[in-house]
This record gives sequence, structure tokens and C-alpha cells, in this order.
Amino acid sequence: MTNNTVGSTARVLGAGLRALLVLTLVCGVAYPLAVTGAAQALFHDRANGSEIKDPHGRVVGSSLIGQRYDLPPKDGEEAPAADLRWFQPRPSNGLGTNSVNTQYALLLSGATNRSGDNEELIRWVKDARAAVVKDNTTATYEVNPADVPPDAVTSSGSGLDPHISPAYAKLQVHRVADRNGLDVRKVRALVADHTTGRLLGFLGEPRVNVLELNTALRGLTEHS
Amino acid sequence: MSPQAAGLLQLTALIAALALACRPLGDHMAKVYSSDKHSRPEKWIYRAIGVNPAAEMRWPSYLRGVLAFSAASVLFLYLLQRIQGSMPGSLGFSSIDPDQAFNTAASFVANTNWQSYSGEQAMGHVVQTGGLAVQNFLSAAVGMAVAVALVRGFARSRTGELGNFWADLVRGTVRVLLPISVIGALVLVACGAIQNFSGIHQVGQFTGGTQEWNGGAVASQEAIKELGTNGGGYFNANSAHPFENPNPLSNLFEIFLILLIPFALTRTFGRMAGSLRQGYAILGAMAVIWIGFTALMMWTEFAHRGPAFEIAGGAMEGKETRFGIAGSSIFAVATTLTSTGAVNSFHSSYTGFGGGITLLGMQLGEIAPGGVGSGLYGMLIMAVIAVFIAGLMVGRTPEYLGKKIGTRQIKLAACYILVTPALVLGFTAVAVALPAPADSMTNSGAHGFSEILYAYTSGANNNGSAFAGLDADTPWFNTTIGIAILLGRFLPMVFVLALAGSLAEQRPVPETAGTLRTDKPLYAGLLVGTILIITGLTYFPALALGPLAEGLAS
Repeated sequence: MTNNTVGSTARVLGAGLRALLVLTLVCGVAYPLAVTGAAQALFHDRANGSEIKDPHGRVVGSSLIGQRYDLPPKDGEEAPAADLRWFQPRPSNGLGTNSVNTQYALLLSGATNRSGDNEELIRWVKDARAAVVKDNTTATYEVNPADVPPDAVTSSGSGLDPHISPAYAKLQVHRVADRNGLDVRKVRALVADHTTGRLLGFLGEPRVNVLELNTALRGLTEHS
Repeated sequence: MSPQAAGLLQLTALIAALALACRPLGDHMAKVYSSDKHSRPEKWIYRAIGVNPAAEMRWPSYLRGVLAFSAASVLFLYLLQRIQGSMPGSLGFSSIDPDQAFNTAASFVANTNWQSYSGEQAMGHVVQTGGLAVQNFLSAAVGMAVAVALVRGFARSRTGELGNFWADLVRGTVRVLLPISVIGALVLVACGAIQNFSGIHQVGQFTGGTQEWNGGAVASQEAIKELGTNGGGYFNANSAHPFENPNPLSNLFEIFLILLIPFALTRTFGRMAGSLRQGYAILGAMAVIWIGFTALMMWTEFAHRGPAFEIAGGAMEGKETRFGIAGSSIFAVATTLTSTGAVNSFHSSYTGFGGGITLLGMQLGEIAPGGVGSGLYGMLIMAVIAVFIAGLMVGRTPEYLGKKIGTRQIKLAACYILVTPALVLGFTAVAVALPAPADSMTNSGAHGFSEILYAYTSGANNNGSAFAGLDADTPWFNTTIGIAILLGRFLPMVFVLALAGSLAEQRPVPETAGTLRTDKPLYAGLLVGTILIITGLTYFPALALGPLAEGLAS
């Protein structure tokens, strides 16, 4: 390699580096700051995570992020038991575990990535189905295993799915009414109020936001 | 309405939106890359870089620009991750290990966005916003520049000049990607995607106590992640995460962004090559494959074959309630037929055939419609191969767009289509033969093989999605996938630019009665057939061991 080609290689590499730095200022500083400014001005609540509050004004989470509704964990228990007073979300068997940077108890997302013929997934689905049937059968209402919808026994992609299908919500109505000493019709009406249809009739799937539903349910139990 | 019917309507709405947007955008891009005017901010940028944007480059100089810029980018992004632990704005996260930092730097610079890290617990604000998201723009702009250089090769005659790389890079960024991203990001925020710099903070939760959120510039990264067919998610769950993709409207909008530039570039091609009908033929071939794949995917996912899905009553594992089967299937096909690799549902938990469709989509070379820029040049290479095959059948010297496809041209095209299969199949074979890599599999048997095949297919084709059961954060996978990514991106670019140079030097051949009409549906059909046969012959044995075996067993 002659000095000339070394020199021209260095020149073009220098140009590459300068181009990168300049464009980093444009795309990595100016752009995100401009978008953040506009987003905070125009859509303040949504840009900050769509938090929702209960009737007392306490923040109970985000309408977009699914939560667990469990009893306080008992000693020696591997996983806390579901608090059956509240509507239950989808399973989330694939959430990440806080690792390298574990000083945080951070909200993590994640899927199980199990295939349809995976033994573990088959067992999870069977166990979840049996639990859904058992938990939701009350003295006056028996769950037919064939009525358990797929979302009730499978983990979502994010593990943070805020929704369940209307079928799964409907299946939980008797249990929730029973545990809270509420009239079944009242709970059923509450579910109907919190069911979202497809946008414009064809976008997405009908669904029920579990946190919003449970927040409204808590309001109902506190008033009665 | 049944979910199937709603899904077809979503697909129809998507096609309509693309049809409306591609014409004006395609024309706009043709103007951007043909204009000889520079705006004031652009002049400042050229002065800072120290280049003359009007200087024409022959193919070796154009290639040197691409490689030098990309090398600087890899180095910068690598160092940024390596010093994260001692930088402010890093949320307290530690520096990234060398093998993972190399993998991630290669991956984002090569428009791949394979991620062996988990976004919310590894990358702070500075690396995400000032490093990774920047490459979302720039790697896309580089892809578009190379595609435009190839188009100029067809359009120009008796010159070796292909334009100026720096001008193409800057214009693609500031005149095409930035404006659309600003609008796109705000649409996503309006839907509920977050956009703040509040870092890690606590938020109350229903049962008492708090949860910790990682805030960030998510919407601004999400918009360019889809528009630039990049795919690297802010969060581990990528576009399945509600803060990245909050509702069905944002979902369809993100799919629209993924497909927008790749389809619109066919119009740009037609404009610049002087015949819109030539662009339509390419567009037709792309659209036929895309719609066919989407229909097949919906069919197999709604049919939910596979033991776990049959017990559950539907293939909802790894899918979000708000998107359902249809919204997930349309996204999965769009992301693997382009070089995006963003996911709104997890491909590893698709049915056996569904997983196979995502794999095959990438193996086609991501040309229907393909990555930003890389889709168009990949498709034009296949177009050259198709006229060559047609020429052999009738015994005439093949030509395309008035240029002779001679020995040199067909050698370069052949090299192009051999690079990625060699990388995919070679690395997969070695990984399967070695004892250690197999320990990374989550699933066993045919699906376990698919996890490894998927990883190298995704890397070498610059897709970036995964059968994410594979624990890819090992020195072996970080290093070999990083190498596959770099070779799979830059070797094909060498052949494309060399081809462009050789075409631009030719004098045009006059069209005669015997010239194959490459602007007709018959030719588009021949092109689709060529693509399917070449890919099929290359990958069938590997697919038979993985997804086909799994699909047929269920």
C-alpha cells in the first residue's frame, strides 16, 4: 500500500466520522428532543405512560400495562396465589428476570418463546385451564372447560398484556360477584361497560382492560 | 364480524393506505435524489463533513464512502456501549461486554437490529437515543443510497458516475426519514406510546406498593425503527410492549411504516429509470409475494395446529389480546419480508408452518418489498437473474432497461445471491455440529434446529427478529452472528455497486421486437417464479429439518 492510498483511506474515514458526529446531533439529539417537547405539550398524559387513578386520586398503574392481582405472598410459597376477588389477567410465564443491573426491581417484559410441541408449554396450558375451571366454579355456577378461551391459558408476547378477551371476563363474573358479595347482574354490567369493541368495527380484537375493570369494581365494593 | 373477516379488512385498509401514500412519496424521493439544489442546513452539514456534494463518484469511491462511514459507525457505537457504565444518562446500567457490544454495534449499523440484550435492563438513555436510534436513521439512509446508485447505473449511459454518497446519505436522512419520523412519532404518542426522559421511576399499583418503569424516548425510536426497517426495540418485548405499540391503530400504523418506503421506492425506480411501468412490474412482483405470504400466515395461525395450541383452543401464545391472530400475522409477515425484524408477537410460538413462513420470508432475501433500499436493490438483482434465465430459454443475449446483461453483470448478480445462503447454511451447520451452541436452545428437536437456523437467517439477511427461545448472549453467538450480519450486509453492497458501475458505463441497446418486455405482467410472473425457485432450491433441505418437520408432525 502506497502512502497515497493510506492517506486517502484516512481522509475518507475522517469524513465518515465527521458525518456520523454531525448526523448524530441531528438524529440523536435534535430529533428526540423536538419530538419529546411536542409530545409533552400535546399529549402530556399519554407521553408519560397513561397513568390511571382510583376514585381517591391514587395512581394505580397504567391503563396500558397489565398487572398481577395476587394475595400477599406467604412464607415458603414459590409463586403468590391469585386474589380471586379481582378479575385475573392472562398468564405471564415468560417475563425476564432482573439480571446484570439488578439494583432495580424493574418492570420487565418478555414472552415464553415455547413452541406448540414444547412439553413445558403443554403442561402450563393444561394447568392453567384446570385452575381457571376450578377457580371460577362457584356454588351456583359451573364452568364448562370448553368455554375457557385461549387467552386465559396462554402468555402474551409482552407478558404485560393489559387486556383479556370478553369471553374470559364473562367467565369470571360469577366468581367475582360471589367473592365480593355483589349481585351478578351488577358485575356483568360492569364488564359490559368496560368491553372495547374493534375500532371502526374491524381494527384489533374485542377486549376488556383488566386494571380499569378492577378499579371500577373496587369503587363498587367500597360504595355497597 | 369474525376475526378472519376483520383481519381481511385490516389487510385491505393497509393496502389502500399504501397505494395512496406510495405515489407521492415515490415521486418525492425521485426528486430528492435527482435534485442539484442544497438547502442551507444541508450545506452546513456538508461543510462540517468537509465534502463537496456535487462531486460525482465512480463505484469504487462510492463504495469507499459507504464502508468508511459504516466502519466509523460500528466503532463509535461499540465504544459508546463500552463506556456506558461511566457515562451520565445511563440509568446506572453497567458497560456492555465486548462480545455483546460488537454484536450490537454490527447489528444496528447493518440495519439488522438483532438484539442479544434486553433493552429495558441494559441500555440507558444515551446509548438508546444517541447511539442505537441514530443508526436506525443512518443505516436506512445508507441502504437507500446504494439502491439509488444502482438505479442510476441503469438510468445513466457511457459514464461510470453514480452520484455522491455523502449527498445521498444526508438527503435521505433529512429530506425523507426525518420528516416522516417526526409525524410518525407523534401519531404513536397520540395512540399511547411513551416519550419522556423520566428514567427509572416508581408508579403506584392496584394491590398496593409500586412498580418501577423505565421511561425513555420510545415513540421517537419506534417511528424510525419501523420506517427504516430496523426493528431494534426499546424494550425486550419489542412492538408487543404496550408502551411501544399501544393499540390496534398504532399496530396497523407501524406495519404501514414498515412497508411504506420499500414499496414507494419502486415508484422512485420507475421515475428515475424513465419508465413508470418498469417500476410497476417490480411492485407487482413484490405485492404478489407479500399478499400471498400474509394469506398463508393467517390461514395457518387461525387453524392453530400444534399440541399446546389445540389444547388452548387458539394460537394465542406470544400474541397480544389487542392485536389478535390477524393483527399479529400481518405484522409477522411484513417484518420478515422486509429487513425489519420488529415483532408484535413472538415467532417462536407460532405454529410450525407459521414459523416456517417467517423463515422463508427472510430467506427470499427480503425483497418483497424488502428493507429500505436493500429491498429494491435485492429485487433488481433478481430481475437481472430473471431476464438472464429468460434469455437462455429463447437463446438471446439478455437485456434489462436497455442494458446488456453480459458475463460480468451475471457474475456479480450470482455472487450477490450466493453470499447470504452461504453464510446462513455454513454457520448453521457449524453451530449444530459443535457441542456448546446447542445448549442455548429452549425447545428441543425440529424446533430447536429452527431456533439456530432462524438466528443465522435473521443475521445474514439483516432482519433481526428471532426465535427468541435461543439464548444468543453467548460469546459464540454474539461473535458469529455479528460476523454474519456484517458480511451479509456489506459484501452484497460491493456486488451491487460494482454492477451499477458496469451498467452505467454501457451504451444503451436499442429496443427491438425480440426484446423481452420487462414492464409486463408476464415478466412480473417470471420474476416471482425465479425468486421462489432459487430460494426453494437453496433452502428446502434446511427447512425440511426444521419448520416443515414440525408443521407436518402437528
